[in-house]
Amino acid sequence: MQQVHGGASPRAKARRSRPQRLTLKKQEALTGWLFVSPVMIGFLVFTAFSMLYSLYISFTDWNILSDPHMVGWQNYINLFTRDVFFGEYLWNTIYYVLLLVPSVLVISLFFAILLNKTVKGLTSFYRASLFLPCVISTVAIALVWKWLLNSQSGTINGILRMLGVDNPPMWLLDTKWAKFSIVLVRIWQMSGYYMVMFLTGLQTIPSSLYEAARVDGANRFQQLTRITIPMLSPTTFAIVILLVLEAFNIFEAVMIMTEGSLGTSSLMYYVYRLAFSSYRMGYASALAWVLFLIILLFTVARFLLKKDEVM
Amino acid sequence: MTDWHAPRMSMRARRITGDIFYNALMIVLCLMVIYPLVWTFFSAFKTNQQIFSETPLNLKPDPATLENFNRLFDIYDVKLMVFNGLYLSILIPILSMLTSSMAAYALARLEFRGRNVVFLLLISTMMIPGYVTLIPNFAIMVKLRLLNSHMALILRSALSGSATSIFLFRQYFLSIPRDLENAAIIDGCSWRGVFFRIILPNSKPAIATVLILTFRSTWNAFLWPQLVLQDDRLWTWTLALKVLSEFETNQAVLLAGAVISIVPVLVIYLLCQKYFVNSQLSAGFGGT
Repeated sequence: MQQVHGGASPRAKARRSRPQRLTLKKQEALTGWLFVSPVMIGFLVFTAFSMLYSLYISFTDWNILSDPHMVGWQNYINLFTRDVFFGEYLWNTIYYVLLLVPSVLVISLFFAILLNKTVKGLTSFYRASLFLPCVISTVAIALVWKWLLNSQSGTINGILRMLGVDNPPMWLLDTKWAKFSIVLVRIWQMSGYYMVMFLTGLQTIPSSLYEAARVDGANRFQQLTRITIPMLSPTTFAIVILLVLEAFNIFEAVMIMTEGSLGTSSLMYYVYRLAFSSYRMGYASALAWVLFLIILLFTVARFLLKKDEVM
Repeated sequence: MTDWHAPRMSMRARRITGDIFYNALMIVLCLMVIYPLVWTFFSAFKTNQQIFSETPLNLKPDPATLENFNRLFDIYDVKLMVFNGLYLSILIPILSMLTSSMAAYALARLEFRGRNVVFLLLISTMMIPGYVTLIPNFAIMVKLRLLNSHMALILRSALSGSATSIFLFRQYFLSIPRDLENAAIIDGCSWRGVFFRIILPNSKPAIATVLILTFRSTWNAFLWPQLVLQDDRLWTWTLALKVLSEFETNQAVLLAGAVISIVPVLVIYLLCQKYFVNSQLSAGFGGT
């Protein structure tokens, strides 16, 4: 608005003499608001209002059936002092993040480097196959893998026995292996998605860099560590943020594969159970807000650190 | 950019061994990734007994049976649930495509006060994890008396119009030259007319990408549907399968159910692969 007034006084005069121009401007603004209004209503109701409402609930003892009563900071205090599960599930969630993020990062980058060629017939087939798992529902995937990981007659243990492993792991039936099994399934499901993101990043690296490196006698490993990985850092930055968010929110796979038993429950699954099995909406909302703040802190920290790297 | 040639051989020999090695590696990797799905398709036609007793790499159903599917049809009204799933997965993408493309056009082209704030707010929803709003959203549906109706799904998805779709549309609209619109406006066409008659018909790739992406997420969703739909006559197939997995002990039947859940997205994926990959690309830019 400011700019229009400052820069164009002759035009402003013209506008005054022709009222139609003015209505045109107004019309544009009106249409603008009209066009964003459905999405904005959705945002105001389902996001903005809901966030505030959830903050309010977190200070009450609401259980859906009775009216909410204010309980002050009690939910938050209980969460940090009395709740024995909070620590355990926090550790599980950290386990998921620490294991999932690096493995998916390495595997998807590996896939992307292998596929980063001019698309010939087979390459597009490879790409399609590797991407395939992430179009399928987690429900179906969890069902299939629950069976593949079956300790007695599952395919995986069958293959392990064929390879001479006498006592293959019990996977989903063993507390030691259950978390790892879920990580395995998520790696299988997610890698293709991040592979495609890495491929986009790879395609922005000019091939002249590699040519120059080859002339200077750099081998393939040096090209990878000195050119590919540094040049990919903006892509990697975005992927790490998305991956951490996704690993931190791990939920559906846990719900279907183990229902949180055998030490697999994540904090997110705990929120769900508190809210929709025990109907402790207030307590669940407090936990949800604590999680949200943790993620927010992480994301902000990541952005701040990145700024430092760039400067 | 990379070549896979081994050193100290004739060019031709190097090229051939490199290609063979590369393709062998890729085929092994791809097999590892798609084998579980291939196995699922074959196993859906096996008896439960065979699944329990077979050797791990045996794919062939012996005897092949449709018993598993018959049992699914006994337990559930499969046709109705698949229909529910398909109808929602077509209606919701269309509605949410309209709302997000309109918003994206306003954000890309129309001048109005508060535009940047609106853009920031909408994009910020990408960072907000779903579970913070899950409980209040549920409470809102209770208040609106929309529990146990498809409106609870339609309203939430159509109005929320995902940040990714808005971002994707906005990028696409920004790449369309302005001349077309300017000419239409000078000819006295309204902005609404410009959008619906000129811009939208010229945005088919972006529309296809958003429709397909939303189709996938709607068909695959089970958490929100499970919270708001109690009556099993309203269930989508994915939700039905999720509930089935809680009580059905016959593995072969569950695998048959998984096949029904996989086929629609698989067909769409195979037909429209390039749009899937497109969408991932743009989502990637959204993150940076």
